[in-house]
Amino acid sequence: MSELWFCIIIFVTSLGAGLLGALSGLGGGVVIVPLLTIVFHVDIHYAIGASLVSVIATSSGAAAAYVREGFSNIRVGMFLEIATTLGALFGAWLTTKVPTQAIGIVFGAVLLYSAWVSLKAQHEVITQKADALAMKLRLLGQFPTGHGDQAYVAQRVPLGFGMMWMAGVLSGLLGIGSGAVKVIAMDQAMRLPFKVSTTTSNFMIGVTAAASAGLYLHSGYLAPGLVMPVMLGVLGGSLIGSRLLVKAPVRTLKVVFSLLIIAMGIEMIVNSVRRI
Amino acid sequence: MSWNDKRIEVWVSFMLRTGVLIAAALVLIGGVLYVAQSHGKPSDYREFHGEPAQYSTLTGAATGVRTLQPRSIIMLGLLILIATPVARVGMCVIGFFFERDRLYVAVSGAVLLILLYSLFFHK
Repeated sequence: MSELWFCIIIFVTSLGAGLLGALSGLGGGVVIVPLLTIVFHVDIHYAIGASLVSVIATSSGAAAAYVREGFSNIRVGMFLEIATTLGALFGAWLTTKVPTQAIGIVFGAVLLYSAWVSLKAQHEVITQKADALAMKLRLLGQFPTGHGDQAYVAQRVPLGFGMMWMAGVLSGLLGIGSGAVKVIAMDQAMRLPFKVSTTTSNFMIGVTAAASAGLYLHSGYLAPGLVMPVMLGVLGGSLIGSRLLVKAPVRTLKVVFSLLIIAMGIEMIVNSVRRI
Repeated sequence: MSWNDKRIEVWVSFMLRTGVLIAAALVLIGGVLYVAQSHGKPSDYREFHGEPAQYSTLTGAATGVRTLQPRSIIMLGLLILIATPVARVGMCVIGFFFERDRLYVAVSGAVLLILLYSLFFHK
């Protein structure tokens, strides 16, 4: 096998991962890291490096579409980014200290959890109750619905902030966007509308990932020859995926992808435990 | 207030998309050169060694680009990509400043400092 073939195979795999990540709503990072480590036996440090870069590309590349919809809330996003970037710095620092098996086990657990979250039916609680802290921080807004604008005010800000810190730690430790945890922090903990949570989360993912990227770079996790096909593939796949999303049978896809994610999660845990 | 927020977001998204396009183009160009110049077995990523200074420091990457090394061109693309969210936060600081929203100038300024710290000041 030559370098050319290696790049082509990694590119096609990443394209698939990006597509899957966009269609399932889990993000490309969660899919590409297990594929690189399990199928191609790439060391997890190089895998999370390549994944993190792809996460930034996907988040920044999709930004325009989200802005047009007018759902995302930049104040909510910016305030919570204090938590996610601090968490990401800590998570990225952890990757230089903990053994690779530990990263693998946490990754597997996150995969299983993500699959469960994506399968679980989401319920939305929107509230306009004037939470004192949220009012002071102006964590409120309105979003367009079929029948006029719907106003909302964030609730339980400290809980949401804490969960965002955790989302940041996972992002930095695993090289993923951890969009699933971010969305839960906003729509379940802070009671923000689901649409606002998902679009704001997408905006936050790139900034969170950029906080770990510096540490990854200085620790030598970004191998240009590997990052190249992964980043181009995941970016391309997720752009195609978000176009397809409009017509795709989302529910069926979610079930199929979740089973796949569960299988990869178990494989990652078993694999890591065996090497302890 | 909401009109101005919207305007910040439109600038920001334009800049993000441009940044990603430039970054992807550089990575692609560097990648084509990299593959064209390679021979023999593909690189092995099974064991972690850490990338050399040329691909793990900002100054190293800058030096490599001047010699038009394929992997350094990829690296330049990656650095531009990493810079896009940082620039996004920077633009929010400016946008909130024009909205005279002091609280959020401080909030976005704090996020910007954390990002710059990660990129420039450690080790």
